[in-house]
Amino acid sequence: MSAASLPAAATTAEVALQPRRSALYAGNTGAVIHRGLLATRSTNYLVVLSGFFEPVFYLLSLGIGFGALVGTVQTSTGQEVPYAAFIAPALLAVSAMNGAVYDSTWNVFFKLNYSKLYQGMLTTSLGPLDVALGEIFLALLRGAMYALGFMVIMQAFGLNLAWTALLALPAVLLIAFGFASLGMAITSYMKTFQQIEWVTFIMLPMFLFSATFYQITVYPEAIQWVIQALPLWHGVELVRGLTTGALSPMMFVHVGYYLVMIAIGVVFTTSRLRALFLK
Amino acid sequence: MTALDQTQRPDAARAIAAGAAPRRWGSWYIAEHRIRAMKGYAGDAIFQSLGNPLIYLFALGVGLASLVPQGVGDVTYLQFVAPALMATAAMTVTANETSYPVMMGFKWNPIFFGMNASPITGAQIVNGMMIHIALRVIVTVSIYFGVIVLFGAVPSSWGWLAIGAATLTGMAIGVVIATYTSTITEDRGQMAMLQRFGITPLFLFSGTFFPLEQLPIFLQPIGWVSPLWHGTELGRVATYGLDEPVWLTVTHVGYLATLFVVGLWATRKHFTKRLNK
Amino acid sequence: MSTPVITASALTKTYGDFTAVDGIDFEVAPGESFGLLGPNGAGKSTTMRMVGAVSTRTSGSLSILGLDPNNHGPDIRSQLGVVPQQDNLDQELRVRDNLLVYGRYFGLPRAVVAERADALLEFAQLTDRKKAKVDDLSGGMKRRLTIARALINEPRILLLDEPTTGLDPQARHILWDRLFRLKEQGTTLVLTTHYMDEAEQLCDRLVVVDKGRIMAEGSPASLIREYSSREVLEVRFGSDKNAEAAERMAGVGERLEVLPDRILVYSENGEAALEAVTHLGLEPITSLVRRSSLEDVFLRLTGRSLIE
Repeated sequence: MSAASLPAAATTAEVALQPRRSALYAGNTGAVIHRGLLATRSTNYLVVLSGFFEPVFYLLSLGIGFGALVGTVQTSTGQEVPYAAFIAPALLAVSAMNGAVYDSTWNVFFKLNYSKLYQGMLTTSLGPLDVALGEIFLALLRGAMYALGFMVIMQAFGLNLAWTALLALPAVLLIAFGFASLGMAITSYMKTFQQIEWVTFIMLPMFLFSATFYQITVYPEAIQWVIQALPLWHGVELVRGLTTGALSPMMFVHVGYYLVMIAIGVVFTTSRLRALFLK
Repeated sequence: MTALDQTQRPDAARAIAAGAAPRRWGSWYIAEHRIRAMKGYAGDAIFQSLGNPLIYLFALGVGLASLVPQGVGDVTYLQFVAPALMATAAMTVTANETSYPVMMGFKWNPIFFGMNASPITGAQIVNGMMIHIALRVIVTVSIYFGVIVLFGAVPSSWGWLAIGAATLTGMAIGVVIATYTSTITEDRGQMAMLQRFGITPLFLFSGTFFPLEQLPIFLQPIGWVSPLWHGTELGRVATYGLDEPVWLTVTHVGYLATLFVVGLWATRKHFTKRLNK
Repeated sequence: MSTPVITASALTKTYGDFTAVDGIDFEVAPGESFGLLGPNGAGKSTTMRMVGAVSTRTSGSLSILGLDPNNHGPDIRSQLGVVPQQDNLDQELRVRDNLLVYGRYFGLPRAVVAERADALLEFAQLTDRKKAKVDDLSGGMKRRLTIARALINEPRILLLDEPTTGLDPQARHILWDRLFRLKEQGTTLVLTTHYMDEAEQLCDRLVVVDKGRIMAEGSPASLIREYSSREVLEVRFGSDKNAEAAERMAGVGERLEVLPDRILVYSENGEAALEAVTHLGLEPITSLVRRSSLEDVFLRLTGRSLIE
């Protein structure tokens, strides 16, 4: 197949994997997505809906309650904003991360090891890349719905300070894509549920330290470097810049970080799925 | 008693003699079992009971505190938040131990039925689990207390009483959760719901990060019924002598103790009923 | 008969409108191997739970070792070993730890439990797996471990609910061998099964139950004598021709039973019956002569098969 016939939305990973494409990718990600949507019909909608409330509760508690103690805070670009407007974009990025990580760890682990779903899929003409992209797409869909809901809440509370807030939506999807693709790759190495609990445990400090609730400048420089090397900080800064309207060239770095993360995650996941099932 | 009851028969007398020890000590046998089962995850449990306070204190005591340089009332923000974190840690342990493990014991790994086939009764299973959970909470909370003392967050010499306050809080919440989870027969994501609409709001709206009065009045009742708020305030009285009327302190203790007693009673009832099919 | 270890009379259990056990009477003598044979849903497991002193009866009376389970649950259970239909081993513990923990429930000293655990692992042929995780055991191994666990208190009565359901033939035979040894040692066995061969192998005496009631009682041999002929001829003519052939076969053997896929001819002499069939000018696709079994007894009593 020539490069010219690639679908317009082809990702970097697809292009990179092109020589072995036929075995990896049947161009039928739609079938995986269709199955996923059918499966959600039988899940408890309340549970799915409940995921939306978590960041809202945080916003009410910290934004309103704690915010009353704090007043305004300064962003990394020097803007003075109300505390709620400071944490709301961070919560948006965090919920994208949490949703993507949950879907790509717990859910994928269950499908890999218990329901043997992928094994069944890969005995058909579907390739591992179809499966990986399909699953990631489903995780993103859920993330997009949460994000949209949360942004409506932000608008109602007057926490979107500039029109660029609209761009936060694609930014959030980028973040979720990054975490979902990498999360799936990591999950493919896991053997027990306890190991997945460690993922949750490791995400806790990232959640608390990545400029979510306060500037990282309170920490010594060495720790700041570590935080800046981790993905969530880039996500928080990117979304905050967009909702507060403080655009900066650093945003290209943040976006670039996620593009690399997505590429690594997709390549990694695909090759793992192939190693696991297409021996 | 029926006419068939012949307690004088030799084999009946032998049964009654053999039943004496389990009737008396059964709860402790269950506690022993649960502790033995911890071997599988003891390392993780210890690491997490040490790791969690360090992470939270670092994040909140250092990070959030930088936003509230004036402190809360007469104390620093760290001193204000530390007893809340201790009570929350207790809640986290008990919520974990009384959610999936209870459902699992009836359903996926139905050990409760196995226990009940021996002389152990449903009430003893509940007691034994609670003894084990209480021990876990006391250890976790004591470690937490040690860490916050090192952070300089306990000005009062009565501060160690906060260990008791946090333990009571955790146990009160634990039995309430067990009362519910012991009735679940089908997994329809109730655990996620419990976490999101139970544990998380308790954590966020119980005067943990800020005094309850900071919240709009319509959200404050969450705090009043929240065992975590009562437990946190009790802990604050212990660690820095929070100024509150004596009747309120008594109310905290009374509320938590009542929840514990009622929750334990209800959980035991549910277990007994569910095991007697 | 010496003083029975279990006496049930008019024993009844209802769940709402549904009567699971409908006034049954039976006695079990010490050292006896007693079976409840019946299809799924006959009320066997409910009966076992009542005997196991974990399910309160609705009415009637029940005495185990002279004690009423309503007042003496823990005392009675101290003398029982229970092998439930669904294994409930603790998957969080390893093989040997399962035995140690369970022994402690009976208030046995740790040293005693440890000694018995090793002996029982030997008995259950699991010594080399004693450090394994329960999850890694095969179905047959799990079942043997459950039996070993049930023996940790040296029970007077061992209750087994469908002990070999779900096991492959080889695993079943290993299990039967172990249970036979227990029987030889004088342990009272009470078991439920819907496998007639299991009932024939293990039970001295059994009751046939259906829809919560006892249909017949006796030793396997006496039940077969009473409710069936010595031999059975099975003939097949193809599913659409069986009914027609059966009509023409009226009078052959003592009794005919027409099933969807075959016709059973009850007769003292199966070969002679087959000859009679061919004399009628009928040519079965397949034919088989075998001895009567409890399956035939059940079919006679209820008009249905044990396994449906």
